[in-house]
Amino acid sequence: MIELAHLTKQFGGVTALDDVSLRIDAGERLALVGENGAGKSSLMNVLYGLYQPDSGTISFDGVPTRLRTPAAALARGVGMVHQHFTLVPTLSVAENVVLGHEPRRGLGLDLSRARTEVAATCASLGFELDPRALVSSLTVGSQQKVEIVKALHRGVKTLVLDEPTAVLTPQEATELFAVTRTLSERGLTVILISHKLKEVLTFATRIAVMRRGRKVTEVSPQGTTPEALAEAMIGRAAPVGSHAPATPGPVVLSLHQVCSQGLVDVSLELRAGEILGIAGVDGNGQRELTEVVTGLRPFTSGVLTVAGQRVDRLDPARARALGVAHVPEDRLRRALVADLTVEENVSLGRHTQPPFAKGPRIDFAGRRARTLELVNANDVRPPTPTLRGGALSGGNQQKLVVARELDAKPKLLVVNQPTRGLDIAAVEAVRERLRAQRLEGCGVLLVSLDLDEVLALADRLVVFARGRAVATFERATFDERLIGQHMLGVAHA
Amino acid sequence: MGELLRSLVSSVLDAAPPLIFAALGATLSERSGVVNVGVEGMMRAGAFVAAVAALAMPTPLAVVVGMAAGALVASVHAVLTIRLRCDQVVSGMAINLVMLALGTFLLEALFSSPSSTPPITQLPGWAGHPVTTWLAFALPVLVHLALTRTAWGLRVRAAGEKPQAVAVMGVRVGWLRAGAVLASGALAGLGGAVLSTATLDRFEHHMPTGLGFMAVAAMVFGRWTPLGATAAAVFFAFGDALRISLGSSAPGLMPQGVLLALPYLLTLVVLAVSGQRSAAPAALGVAWDPEVR
Ligand SMILES: Nc1ncnc2c1ncn2[C@@H]1O[C@H](COP(=O)(O)OP(=O)(O)O)[C@@H](O)[C@H]1O
Ligand SMILES: [Mg+2]
Repeated sequence: MIELAHLTKQFGGVTALDDVSLRIDAGERLALVGENGAGKSSLMNVLYGLYQPDSGTISFDGVPTRLRTPAAALARGVGMVHQHFTLVPTLSVAENVVLGHEPRRGLGLDLSRARTEVAATCASLGFELDPRALVSSLTVGSQQKVEIVKALHRGVKTLVLDEPTAVLTPQEATELFAVTRTLSERGLTVILISHKLKEVLTFATRIAVMRRGRKVTEVSPQGTTPEALAEAMIGRAAPVGSHAPATPGPVVLSLHQVCSQGLVDVSLELRAGEILGIAGVDGNGQRELTEVVTGLRPFTSGVLTVAGQRVDRLDPARARALGVAHVPEDRLRRALVADLTVEENVSLGRHTQPPFAKGPRIDFAGRRARTLELVNANDVRPPTPTLRGGALSGGNQQKLVVARELDAKPKLLVVNQPTRGLDIAAVEAVRERLRAQRLEGCGVLLVSLDLDEVLALADRLVVFARGRAVATFERATFDERLIGQHMLGVAHA
Repeated sequence: MGELLRSLVSSVLDAAPPLIFAALGATLSERSGVVNVGVEGMMRAGAFVAAVAALAMPTPLAVVVGMAAGALVASVHAVLTIRLRCDQVVSGMAINLVMLALGTFLLEALFSSPSSTPPITQLPGWAGHPVTTWLAFALPVLVHLALTRTAWGLRVRAAGEKPQAVAVMGVRVGWLRAGAVLASGALAGLGGAVLSTATLDRFEHHMPTGLGFMAVAAMVFGRWTPLGATAAAVFFAFGDALRISLGSSAPGLMPQGVLLALPYLLTLVVLAVSGQRSAAPAALGVAWDPEVR
């Protein structure tokens, strides 16, 4: 039994953990749920010895223990699969797994023994992994398996899984839960962090809910519903979006056999008043698609038509002039300049036009007025035009980007991962803006790695695999399993 | 022609070892994720201390003391960059500046000379070259094996690519990197000591005359691998040898200034054509702190 008692942890001024106590019983399947930023990862990183708590204690079977490093946690049988992969891409599977406790022969590393041992661990888990394969050559799903093998190869008794299914397809997630359940039946204690309530309710034997650094409640899965859990997570009733039927207008974007680096013969069509979702495992051409459409990446062949105009070459300025707006996946690299103020960021891209400029000069008053309008209408907090863009929280940064892009009244809106890393309230705010945009007759191209998001928003859905558009589904025929198979490239066409 | 070739090979064998040792040192440090442009200063420390120590002890032993001096200077770099998380390039450059000044100051203070220390007995030779020359051809293989075939090497390479991966497996990234930086300093110190105990028989005020920077260039050109860096160092030494033999066998072929600048120009050209960062360790230059995301 592990007991976390009164743990507190601050980062700068942010309180990540505020007097958190939690008991973990041997053999249980405990789920830890909460919004982004609730402190779930911080709590588990403290248990793993990676973060040092400011105060509080951790006891193993009643013995208070100070965990100064992950080595101390590993020695007590605690293993953790981190939210972000901790694999060395340039090393092989076997090297990654044995790192830190390598089998040796004389002075040297016994790589062949490492391979046999790792192969044995993989086999015992039913994982098909080649110990010699370079990690960089593996799919995300396989990398996730390597992470699990890493922990179990150490013979841990308690396994922490931090949002393990965030990057997996539905099939891979199902497989992961099947394996984990088997391990749990063999006596492994499992702690699952997730904000996917469906999977939590089917998997866990006990659920602890965190909110803003505190543990707010513990429930059993029999005694709760997804709605009640969501309410406990965010502190009030969760907003739900509805999906009105689409009224498609003229075609605003069409690709006919477009090729570019990363894209192979892609053909698709998007109409005004419609949301076209792109589903796929990360790195299968989705980013390249958004870059081609927004003029960031040249295409080498095929026909691209934007807002009714056939374009042979596109650059970002031309795309904007044609009415394309872009909400990129990485806000701080491609949408906002962290060191510019909110109002400066709002004017980016339109800084030569009114109300942001008068002739060659900046129109400070006009810019301020428009910024205030936008931040108030979009609930960007704090609504301070002179604040640094980087000082806003992720959710507010995203709301600002969306507000700016929509302010240009686009005909085509390209969004990539619009809600990644946002809390539930911000997620719903952004999604609501996308739905509203669609009703106003804008065509929305939505790329997301979160299949649930695509399913929730899209009128039509195209699956990408290895740079190709491999399948199309209409909203009425969305089939999660079939979509997942296409994402993995195992469906029979 | 044969005569020219023989003299070229012979001067490569003399000019390459300091560069090889220093380039191996730079490679070790950077593979672990710590930028080391302080190689120049570490070489200078090795050169000076070895020359001074050799006044009081057998020269081979003095070379070892020179290596220790290089490691000592490297320990400053380790504390600054690993413990205090200072900018790694700035720390290295600061070390170079301090070592430049300190060498000149100590020369004046201890020997009342602006130019050099008193002469010493040179390192013994074997087959017409100092023993360190032969060491310079064995050590790259050893460092290569250490990096690729030992658990320590695996950890060092992993720390340079993805320190989180090393940390979550229960290995202390800071100590691992510190070890690599110290080894780097010892190797740079060895390179410097060769200059003052084998190439010459004293420490001269301008040592190591940019060789440390050239060693870093060799490491980049060699794509951060011990064998590649060694090959690049030999190539640079060849440029130097060419300068010397052209200067003596064909005087007037090129202006003296151009001739002198030849190895450095070669370095620049090579860096320009091989200047891609793709071969660099992914976490190079990034301080490790488990609590920083
Ligand atoms: N290493 C860190 N440095 C700075 N702030 C951090 C760090 N880790 C977590 N935080 C902050 O602590 C809070 C909790 O984060 P986290 O534990 O990652 O939440 P969760 O995993 O529930 O999404 C957040 O406000 C986050 O920004
Ligand atoms: Mg987290």
